[in-house]
Amino acid sequence: MIKMCDVPRYAGPDAAELEKMKKAHVLLNKVEYERTPLKHGYTDKLLTVDVTDKSVKISDIPAEVKEKFVGGKGYCLRYLWDATTPETRWDSPENEIVMSAGPIAGITQYGGTGKMLVCTISPMTDIPIDSNVGGFFGPYLKFAGFDAIELRGKSDKDVIVVIDGNKGTISIEEAPLEHLDSHLMGEELTAMYADDENDRKNVAVVCTGSAAEHANLSMLNFTFYDPRRNVVRLKQAGRGGIGRVFRDKGIKALVCKWQGVKANLNDAYDFGILNKVGLKFHREVANLDEKQNFMRSTGTAYSLRTLADYDIVPTRNYKFGDAPGIDNMTAEVFRKDWLTQGGADGCWYGCSMACAKTADHFLLKTGPYKGQRVCVDGPEYESAAGLGPNCGITDPQAVLELNFYCDTYGIDTISYGTMTAFLMECYENGILNEERTGGLKLEWGNSEASLEMLHQMARYEGFGKIAALGSHKQKEYFAAQGWGDMDFMNDIAMEQKGLEYSEYGSKESLAQQGGYGLTNKGPQHDEAWLIFMDQVNNQIPTFEDKAEALYYYPMFRTWFGLMGLCKLPWNDIVPADNSTTDEPAKVPEHVANYLDLYYGVTGVRLTNDEMIRQSERVYNFQRIFDIRLGKGLRKNDAVPYRSVGPVTEEEYLSRQERYDGQLVDLVGYTEEQVKAMSLAEKMAATRKFREDRYQSLIDAVYPKRGWTLNGVPTVAHLKELGMDLPELLEVVEPLQDLQP
Amino acid sequence: MRRLEKDESLCIGCHQCELACSKAFFKVEDPALACLRVEDREDGTHAIHICNQCGKCAEVCNTCVITQAKTGVYMINKKECAGCLMCVGFCPEQVMVQSDDREEPSKCTACGICVKACPTGAIRLVTD
Repeated sequence: MIKMCDVPRYAGPDAAELEKMKKAHVLLNKVEYERTPLKHGYTDKLLTVDVTDKSVKISDIPAEVKEKFVGGKGYCLRYLWDATTPETRWDSPENEIVMSAGPIAGITQYGGTGKMLVCTISPMTDIPIDSNVGGFFGPYLKFAGFDAIELRGKSDKDVIVVIDGNKGTISIEEAPLEHLDSHLMGEELTAMYADDENDRKNVAVVCTGSAAEHANLSMLNFTFYDPRRNVVRLKQAGRGGIGRVFRDKGIKALVCKWQGVKANLNDAYDFGILNKVGLKFHREVANLDEKQNFMRSTGTAYSLRTLADYDIVPTRNYKFGDAPGIDNMTAEVFRKDWLTQGGADGCWYGCSMACAKTADHFLLKTGPYKGQRVCVDGPEYESAAGLGPNCGITDPQAVLELNFYCDTYGIDTISYGTMTAFLMECYENGILNEERTGGLKLEWGNSEASLEMLHQMARYEGFGKIAALGSHKQKEYFAAQGWGDMDFMNDIAMEQKGLEYSEYGSKESLAQQGGYGLTNKGPQHDEAWLIFMDQVNNQIPTFEDKAEALYYYPMFRTWFGLMGLCKLPWNDIVPADNSTTDEPAKVPEHVANYLDLYYGVTGVRLTNDEMIRQSERVYNFQRIFDIRLGKGLRKNDAVPYRSVGPVTEEEYLSRQERYDGQLVDLVGYTEEQVKAMSLAEKMAATRKFREDRYQSLIDAVYPKRGWTLNGVPTVAHLKELGMDLPELLEVVEPLQDLQP
Repeated sequence: MRRLEKDESLCIGCHQCELACSKAFFKVEDPALACLRVEDREDGTHAIHICNQCGKCAEVCNTCVITQAKTGVYMINKKECAGCLMCVGFCPEQVMVQSDDREEPSKCTACGICVKACPTGAIRLVTD
């Protein structure tokens, strides 16, 4: 194990500079409150901060909200709905950022139990985005007495909101001098609000970065202090531009302080069952991780090699699925040359899976911090694949540098990777050129150009202003300039509903095509990450299996977001006898663990069906929220053809044997007919077959979800769920008979 | 380093060591609450599982609340411990104790109470 305790701090702020920053704070409002301790996982309190008038309000969360929306993402969406109208857009003052951790969050005995859910109306999609993030803020906010926080309004000055759970104070402070970039601000505010070195672990910060001033694809960083590396680590609420909304509100950071994390702050109904299930989980990880997938030693990037073997790692804007040069980025390479392990690699207490790795003492070669040594969180699989092979880059140094700058600037690595891949393909096709990019040679594999574009985005200058738009708006801009054909760009820009795809090539996985396309927030894999069970493990072989999976898994996985849980401990390490169970893909023993945890915390014993039902209520609510804001119908679930099949001749020819074979095996042509067809005819036949199959999938999935063929939840289904709320019926009733 | 040492050939399976340990720290005689384990094998012999102060518990602790004292013994700072139980789950000898009536686990401090309770000298306290 690498002992990091003795190494000097990387980004430790100078004491004099810190004092100066602190002195520059102006207290704008401070309220004292009596902390409500948790009872069976809940405080039943909502904290509302309006940064326009700097007001703070604490209110009760009604029993009916708790019953139908449970917590976490459910609470976020409920309060976001109540605060907004059908006309609200991302930069409307009434748009809120709502955060809630969920009832199980904050227990310390089981892996992945410290998650916070964050929702807002997104600048990228104009509908609600939800993001699930680690770090300490979520649990600390609960311990401080709040199940949820909503941030509304717009401040005319840069402010921070500081919640001290032990003292029972909430203050809004003008904070002009702290750096915007997260690796600095995280350290500065942690040091400023900690009593001493040992107290740093008790401070949690939420912040973004300098790029969030202008870039739509901006995220929020949630910190946790790593006592072994003496450094503030960053986890991201990455998707959908929440960082942009945060800065648009004039919020620079949130700070929550809680001294005294103990094992039962949730006041569990049955503490013993949490210990029992948690200990079973830790023993499983201890015994099986090195037999299964090395999450403790490698983290999620372990899967690059495996996914490349199955033709899934997105390469050159998802044209291909196996990257030449991927061997430069295997788990072995990262382990040996770049990442350290054995530190505090769980992003909340008790995560023995510990998948969050860092590159320590990483020497930056570009940008404003060139020449400095920093701690880089990651890369996670998504960051590695998106910033790397998807842009033709397989140099770990470049991927780590991109990862660091995305994080500290407040940029979502997934959107940045996928968008850059699109821009590179535009460059390859003459839609962009050196003149149009202001000198950036966005050629495949040009990591220097990718880094320079990222720096320009943070400075909001040059082509960085275009990059800051995200793929969806870039298409419109390029077409308006007369630079490119919109149909072609629609085929190759891997975005849907305005959100860039995450990093799985889905051409050979119909289930994952639906897993991306039939999502509420846009193509992020957290809702239906089916590619492994479909394409790697072949656990859902038939069309019916895939359609059923697109009902069950989005609902099951939504439940993690209601509870404040991470999904990785569910199926990254599985019990030794999992393959002998009736439904190994569902990991039945772990589902039982989660029901035990819910019972242990809340005292309510759920069946498997009731668990799914809890999710369905919130899932359908989110769908109707989308419809209320102008998306959420079948037409909005259309996907770019690049996610379904080969757009270009180059792609078809690279897997000609496969595609020719499918024309025979799946489409019904004879071998002789295929031989006689031109390439264009074969591509057209392939496209028709694959696009029709996607539509058939929708026809099969929507009814399972209780929706019309236009994607609208039916009134009958809402009644069955107990979600026939007047405000929902008002949206869906007029659309019940509307044909797609 | 102060630590326990064992000689399984001397063990008669009386479990007095476990009872003494749990009595000292949990006020009850319960082998499940002892920081060492005697396992009765089918052939009549006994396996003794003791803490050898290997430090795995400290290695897996995210918050550095298990540290090695000057004596070499790994100690839990219970005031700072968040009770995540990773140390218990990862203990190679499975001799750390979790009890539902306490929020923090316990581990062997090489105090020697078990040694005194052992009638045959199967467990010894040594200093390397």
